[in-house]
Amino acid sequence: MSNLQSWIDNNTYHHSEFWDLKKLVEIKKKKNLKISLCLPTLNEEKTIGKEIIIFRSELMERYPLIDEIAVIDSGSTDNTLEVSKNFGADTYLATDILPDLGPKKGKGENLWKAIYQLKGDIIVYVDADISNIHPRFVYGLVAPLIYRDEVKYVKGFYDRPLALSGNVRPSGGGRVTEILVRPLFSLFFPELTAMIQPLSGEYAVRREVLDQIVFPIGYGVETSHLIDVYSKFGLEAFAQTDLDKRIHENKDTQDLGKMAFGILQTFIKRAKALDIIDKAEHTTILRQFQAKRDHYEQKLIEIIEDERPPMIEIEEYRKKFNR
Amino acid sequence: MKKLSSLNKSLPDLTKKLKKYREVLLANLVMIGEIPAPTFKEEHRIEFILNRFAEAGLTESMIDEGGNGVGLISGSESDDNKKAILISAHADTIFPASTDHTMQVSSDQIIGPGVADNALGLATMVTLPYIFEDLGIKLKNDLVLLANVKSLGKGNLEGIHFFLDNSTLEYQSAICLEGIQLGRLSYSSIGMLRGEITCTVPESYDWSRFGDASAILTLNEVINKINDMRLPSRPRTSIVMGSIAGGTSFNTIARDATLGFEVRSESQEVVEKAGETIQDIVLEVSSKTGDQVDLEIVSKRAPGGVPFAHPLTKCARSVMEKLDIEPRLAPSVSELSALIEKDIPALTLGITIGERTFKRNETIQIEPIYKGLAQVIGILMAADGGYCE
Repeated sequence: MSNLQSWIDNNTYHHSEFWDLKKLVEIKKKKNLKISLCLPTLNEEKTIGKEIIIFRSELMERYPLIDEIAVIDSGSTDNTLEVSKNFGADTYLATDILPDLGPKKGKGENLWKAIYQLKGDIIVYVDADISNIHPRFVYGLVAPLIYRDEVKYVKGFYDRPLALSGNVRPSGGGRVTEILVRPLFSLFFPELTAMIQPLSGEYAVRREVLDQIVFPIGYGVETSHLIDVYSKFGLEAFAQTDLDKRIHENKDTQDLGKMAFGILQTFIKRAKALDIIDKAEHTTILRQFQAKRDHYEQKLIEIIEDERPPMIEIEEYRKKFNR
Repeated sequence: MKKLSSLNKSLPDLTKKLKKYREVLLANLVMIGEIPAPTFKEEHRIEFILNRFAEAGLTESMIDEGGNGVGLISGSESDDNKKAILISAHADTIFPASTDHTMQVSSDQIIGPGVADNALGLATMVTLPYIFEDLGIKLKNDLVLLANVKSLGKGNLEGIHFFLDNSTLEYQSAICLEGIQLGRLSYSSIGMLRGEITCTVPESYDWSRFGDASAILTLNEVINKINDMRLPSRPRTSIVMGSIAGGTSFNTIARDATLGFEVRSESQEVVEKAGETIQDIVLEVSSKTGDQVDLEIVSKRAPGGVPFAHPLTKCARSVMEKLDIEPRLAPSVSELSALIEKDIPALTLGITIGERTFKRNETIQIEPIYKGLAQVIGILMAADGGYCE
């Protein structure tokens, strides 16, 4: 655990470190890598057109970093597919891929089927609801995989400076991350707390990892990826990139409840399978994040939930009340 | 003119070829449009444009002391034999930085504040080097690309004035790009005077008097008097009452009220005269009501321009005709007038069709852009070939 901070220092990037796209494309070519971009969609007509235009222009026409852009749709009822096709993305209905396996509905289903449908050695997943889309959302995630062969899974995170007092600021994920996932990881997988935003929907992964792991089709997909890749390949397989601000529509608390419920199911299944439920009893350290300028470090907070027995077990009590 | 017609022949084909640059152009449009650039605060947008110039290999690009973004594509002729052609697009918008600048892209249109005015003009200009490189178009003359700042409203064309005052090149001709409307062909500038009239109720006003004074009422008096002014129908003259603001709530007497107006006329003399009359009105209302009424002249332009039969206008019309674009002739009060002042033959062109200008849901059509772009390239090549002098 002592080297967790050094992992954070070595494997946490900022997208601006990868501004040199020309160099990135050269190394990609040299290593003979194919890269696919997958955009999972469900009624995303407002934002999808812009995402495709920007990725095609910047990362296919100008700098040939990605080899295909695929929209995998869960059955949109708006113009998502029409707009996507119009701007030259390959479009698929999730139900048309591996149709014999029967339909399942959820974002994880689309991500999983992308492994079958797309050709890349690396697949980058980017949510389709980002309104401030920028090429960094892709090259920031792909670059660590291109530069470092040992890295297999790169996760995006977004700095959300909530309060800026002095030069230390709290840093980390959204509400579900801070309330559910980080406490769970602190208890069961302390090393995974090094991921600043475990639930972000943007990540790039090598095929040889993707085809080895289980895909929950719903809310649990990101959590399960982290646990499974960690169990199989260790923390060294991960890297994470700061992608700056990400603007999307905020979810209300009830939706977050659904999300948390799905994550909890996925989590318990894995905790049981790995036989680590008991492990939680000895852990009292919650691991949160803070950022000092551009440097991220963990904040360890000891929270001891000590307990008292029922009063009836106390001799003095029994004497006093004659029980 | 024989050669010009053979040049024009290739234009419909060029329109088709340009479709392959759709993503590059629209990505530039979206990225430029999403960087807020209110007048006087255009630096982030200019920085982006400079990056694009640098990526396109325009090694001599720079931000000048006036804050303008300038790119140069060197012409193939020797220095003695070439002049420069200027393409300009104003970089500022009327929207404050606090406005949500998100652009929304659908199959056939793009919606967002400032998308037409002037993100598309800028995107067209910024994409030109990329297209020229890809299509192997090489001009004989130098091509200067100018993203001029401080253009609108109180900016009063400061950016382009600074640039023209300090540029050492000799300009053969200039084209100003505006996002809309396709077909727009402005070759002359009309006389213009833009001002703000502010009425203020004095601090010492007796507030116990019940509602019989208000800066809005005073301003109303001014407006009525301006409205009663007699304007000649020849030379054509008009007064635009452009904006009004004042007061704070339903139930408090308005302490101040402001009118923004513009006098436009084909004759400088009429503009001057109207300005004097408005000054008189302001003084008269002020003395009558006891309120403070001030007139501030924000900007002035002199009328001028190349004649309708000038070769540049002719060239433009023939290019547009070949592309089935119906020219809509309209005088302009924008960058064109700065160029006219310097005796540079200049035109203002629109790139596509659009609507709801100055609103947050400003919209442009995607399909006509290729024609608009072909028109710009066509006129540029004609000018470069010496057919427009």
